[in-house]
Amino acid sequence: MARILLIGYGNPGRGDDALGWAVAEAMDKLGLPGLEVKLDYQLNVEHAFDLKGHDAVIFVDAALAGPESFEFRPLTPSDPATFSSHSVSPSGVLALARDLFGVVVPGFVLAVRGYEFDEFGAELSPAARRNLEAATAFLKQELTRRSLAAV
Amino acid sequence: MTTKITINPVTRIEGHAKITIHTGGDGKVEKAFFHVNEFRGFEKFCEGRLYTEMPTITPRICGICPTSHSMASAKACDAIQRMQPTPTGVLLRRLVQAGQMVSSHALSFFHLSSPDFLLGFDSDPAKRNVLGLAEKDPALAVKGIRLRKFGQEVSERLTGKKIHVLGVVPGGMAYALKEEDRVALLDWIPEAVATSKAALELLKGYISANKKMVDSFAMFQSPYMGTVGPDGELDFYDGELRWVDAEGQVMTQVPGSRFQEFIAERSMDFTYLKYPYYKPLGFEKGFYQVGTLGRINAASRMSTPMAQKEFTEFRSLNGGKPVHGAFYHHYARLIEMLHAVEEVQRLLEDPAITSKDIQSKGQRNAYEGIGHTEAPRGTLFHHYRVDETGALTKVNLLIATGQNNPAMNQAVTEVAKQYVDGKKVSEGALNRVEHAIRCYDPCLSCSTHALGQMPMDVELFGPDGESLDHVIKG
Repeated sequence: MARILLIGYGNPGRGDDALGWAVAEAMDKLGLPGLEVKLDYQLNVEHAFDLKGHDAVIFVDAALAGPESFEFRPLTPSDPATFSSHSVSPSGVLALARDLFGVVVPGFVLAVRGYEFDEFGAELSPAARRNLEAATAFLKQELTRRSLAAV
Repeated sequence: MTTKITINPVTRIEGHAKITIHTGGDGKVEKAFFHVNEFRGFEKFCEGRLYTEMPTITPRICGICPTSHSMASAKACDAIQRMQPTPTGVLLRRLVQAGQMVSSHALSFFHLSSPDFLLGFDSDPAKRNVLGLAEKDPALAVKGIRLRKFGQEVSERLTGKKIHVLGVVPGGMAYALKEEDRVALLDWIPEAVATSKAALELLKGYISANKKMVDSFAMFQSPYMGTVGPDGELDFYDGELRWVDAEGQVMTQVPGSRFQEFIAERSMDFTYLKYPYYKPLGFEKGFYQVGTLGRINAASRMSTPMAQKEFTEFRSLNGGKPVHGAFYHHYARLIEMLHAVEEVQRLLEDPAITSKDIQSKGQRNAYEGIGHTEAPRGTLFHHYRVDETGALTKVNLLIATGQNNPAMNQAVTEVAKQYVDGKKVSEGALNRVEHAIRCYDPCLSCSTHALGQMPMDVELFGPDGESLDHVIKG
């Protein structure tokens, strides 16, 4: 059984930025064996710690642009953004885990397309809600049908 | 009822941090602006809600310092209920506040700022980051991450690792601290002290070896403001507001509930963020600094022994008076980090910390409440008005990054004058302008973090307003 870490991140109080949390919470409710779900406002250096002991990690975030309804792609460890934005990219987390702790874990990102990020509120836009349904259906299938660690 | 407020999307998403530099006819920099895109809309969003919801809602303003917003909010609620939290409630609030200070300062120093000076301002920008630091000094990078993790574990142990449930509520706290968690946190202390002291030695060594650069980097004098306890000691959680002048003379010391008598705000045309200023000195002369340097310069002493020793050494740099210069925010930050670790230990060793008497229960007894606390970036105010049902009729938040906005503009201007020339923004100049902002560790994260945004945007303008150079970095 693969031990998979799923990190949903974003701000649940900022419109479609809640997509990462929404997907993660939906997956958590499934109670799939081997699946650990974490929620956070953004990724940061300490998430490199969390990768230890897992066979794969999936980062789920809202996307400002890109394919609809979502995009699921493997990640390569790489440098994080350099400006002091207090956050690290998914690839940066993989690179830190590798360089600091010798933990090499296959990583994937599920980027769910959002549209409205400029409004306070816990409501997803109708289009984002449709994308959420498509993304959760896809991820549920991926997690239950096969081991992502073998991808 | 949820009210939606629409904010200009271009400035927020793309202009995550925007800096404009303006040159005169001689090609030299005259002024520079750091544009912060804050969301005043959040205040409107909250109106109509019950005030008791605010400690849970306000952390959503910012994922970087959610504890501070929750804390200031809960204190405003305490004031509306005209009620004091229980003694253990106060101890636990102080504990999570100190934990947040450790994790925030550790991130700022080890992973955001130290790569600049440990790897060199002119080093390859692809390497001048936390991964570059991991490559050059992996032990230091790991120590930094572990220290940050310790700070986070303080609130995680208290709240069951639910990051979005901080447990700060009107009247105290929602969760008691279990004995096994108290012991587990105490186990971290020796390592946390050692790492904090090592960071201080590292920075002091750098300053000593680069004194000329440090002393000239964004150097300007200003008043400072911070929260102090009864004996003038620096206090993260509660106390009176103290303003000191550039010489260290106390200009004002008042309860936080009187902040509006001394702080006014003026709108500026280049930023959503208002320019707060110290009223008695007026707009032109009244900008002051908060945050690490503001607190350390405003305080008379530290309440913990190791931090007091460092405080004395720090203040001796200017004969006991306030120490000026943006780079010294880093030094002040590390003294605070050590103090916060000592505070965590002191609180964990208080026998009352595991009491189950964690919350006073109350109801609305006033129509107005003001709560203030020290966020890692500086003093934070929440000011609420409610009707007879407890529904919010007015919400006003004065955030730390806003109060430091005039100082950050001054710092960016000073550095731009020193390092930007001609018609291009060189990589070296860009790095130094970035670092001037990093000194203040501003919270630019009051925005979304969706994939695809641009972290930084710098534009150089000529005397007639023509764009000479434009760098987007991210």
